[in-house]
Amino acid sequence: MGEIVVQISNLKKEFDGTVAVAGISFAVERGETVGILGPNGAGKTSTIQMLLGLLSPTSGTVSIFGQDLDSKRVQILKRCNFSSAYINLPYNLKVWENLLIFAELYQVKEPRKKAAELLEMFEIAHLKDKITGQLSSGEATRVNLCKALLNDPELLLLDEPTASLDPDIADKVRKLLRQIQREKRITLINTSHNMKDVQEVCDRILFLYKGKILAEGTPDEILHRFEETSLEEVFIRIARSGDLLSQEAK
Amino acid sequence: MNARIIAALVRRHTILYSRNAPRVVELFFWPTMDLLVWGFVTTYLLKVRTGAPPAITFLLGAMIFWDILYRAQQGVTISYLEEVWSRNLLNIFVAPVKLSEFIAATYVVGMIKVLVIVSVLTGMAFCFYSFNLLSLGLALIPLFANLLLLGWSMGLMTTALLLRWGQAAEALAWAIPFAIQPISAVFYPVSILPPWIQPLALLLPSTHVFEGMRQVLKGEGLSTEHLCWAFGLNIFYALLAAWLFQTMFQEARKKGRLTRMLS
Ligand SMILES: Nc1ncnc2c1ncn2[C@@H]1O[C@H](COP(=O)(O)OP(=O)(O)O)[C@@H](O)[C@H]1O
Ligand SMILES: [Mg+2]
Repeated sequence: MGEIVVQISNLKKEFDGTVAVAGISFAVERGETVGILGPNGAGKTSTIQMLLGLLSPTSGTVSIFGQDLDSKRVQILKRCNFSSAYINLPYNLKVWENLLIFAELYQVKEPRKKAAELLEMFEIAHLKDKITGQLSSGEATRVNLCKALLNDPELLLLDEPTASLDPDIADKVRKLLRQIQREKRITLINTSHNMKDVQEVCDRILFLYKGKILAEGTPDEILHRFEETSLEEVFIRIARSGDLLSQEAK
Repeated sequence: MNARIIAALVRRHTILYSRNAPRVVELFFWPTMDLLVWGFVTTYLLKVRTGAPPAITFLLGAMIFWDILYRAQQGVTISYLEEVWSRNLLNIFVAPVKLSEFIAATYVVGMIKVLVIVSVLTGMAFCFYSFNLLSLGLALIPLFANLLLLGWSMGLMTTALLLRWGQAAEALAWAIPFAIQPISAVFYPVSILPPWIQPLALLLPSTHVFEGMRQVLKGEGLSTEHLCWAFGLNIFYALLAAWLFQTMFQEARKKGRLTRMLS
């Protein structure tokens, strides 16, 4: 067994009566790519946000790099990064300025070199002097990913990274992410309700439904277990009859 | 606290202002209008009432001093709102930035705004109305410092309220300083206030600053009593603001407000 990077135990989140995450436990090893899949409202975002300390759990614990997130948050965050389709970099600043500012926040050794390298890697070096707010959503997503890789994170958390992209760009971004993840052996946790994201990028899938893990395994294991030929069909089945399935699981 | 991180957080705002003409105009527009109005009121009062005490020039000093407080509060609150408006707040809070560093940066932005505006206002008051703020001499330093401190604390408290009530409460950002203006004895001495309000007024550091300013302009010199009260109360309000912000931040993490604010 490899080194455990993320360890979640009995993690639970309730919002005034709504159970967003219903006491889940899982561990992620170094270099692994885990996809959290599930319909809207399944608790994917809540889970990711608890991993970042943006949301405090109702109960349960999160440990990252063997340290307790609650007490060592800043030290842990130095070695992590995050991106989501739903947050932006300051829109009135140039791409280059934004990347340099975040490089400082992460105390990157050679900010300029690193930022230039990442822009090159995502093939957006020509956007360097553009105002961030004027980028297309595909360009903005790639700039956000550059920000997310500035500090060479050991753990990268992505919340619906390709949600705002057209299929062509989404495909490119996925391939690139996969490649970078392999080269640098990044531990990646990525939420999505997009099957492609998960099938192409992830070694392992957690199927979340109403805050519970309904199924867990490699894409193939999951297909086998549900006797389906595509994850999309599994997804639809879970979304439509998840309650039944969770009964069976017990 | 890490100076490199604070500097980077500040630079984000200085770049923004260096490029955004409407923001800069907005920054100068109201203080300039205020100064013109109070300047002409002063000129008028001096003309119609030949017997009017030269103390009337207090009005201009008071106006400029008020702006130190107001702009410091605004600087802090708007720095926070700027991150909310641009949906960048989460990027910052998932970076290894301590809350104290985030706040320190908003304080620095507030201070820069205050220094720029007050310099411009002081220059205009001198050119147009021959009012010299620098005639306050060395007393200017502690008076300025106390107003800045209170402005910072009020900015942090406003930010805490914004964390609690979200964008619905944005109007508060502009209104809060005016809630203390009437009893801070900005444009008139405390003795004008109804007797039962006076003790309340004296619980605000700003009241002691404005009383102190009038003492100095009258040539009486700044009393240590006002100065000590102002500093002491400021320490109290700074701690209160820090506590309020910390509490609201923890609560926002519990209720998921940090992220909801964005959607
Ligand atoms: N800040 C919040 N306040 C109240 N309810 C919330 C909050 N955030 C999420 N929820 C609720 O928790 C559940 C899970 O939401 P979320 O984690 O965003 O799911 P997903 O990302 O899988 O779509 C949903 O029912 C949602 O309405
Ligand atoms: Mg979500």
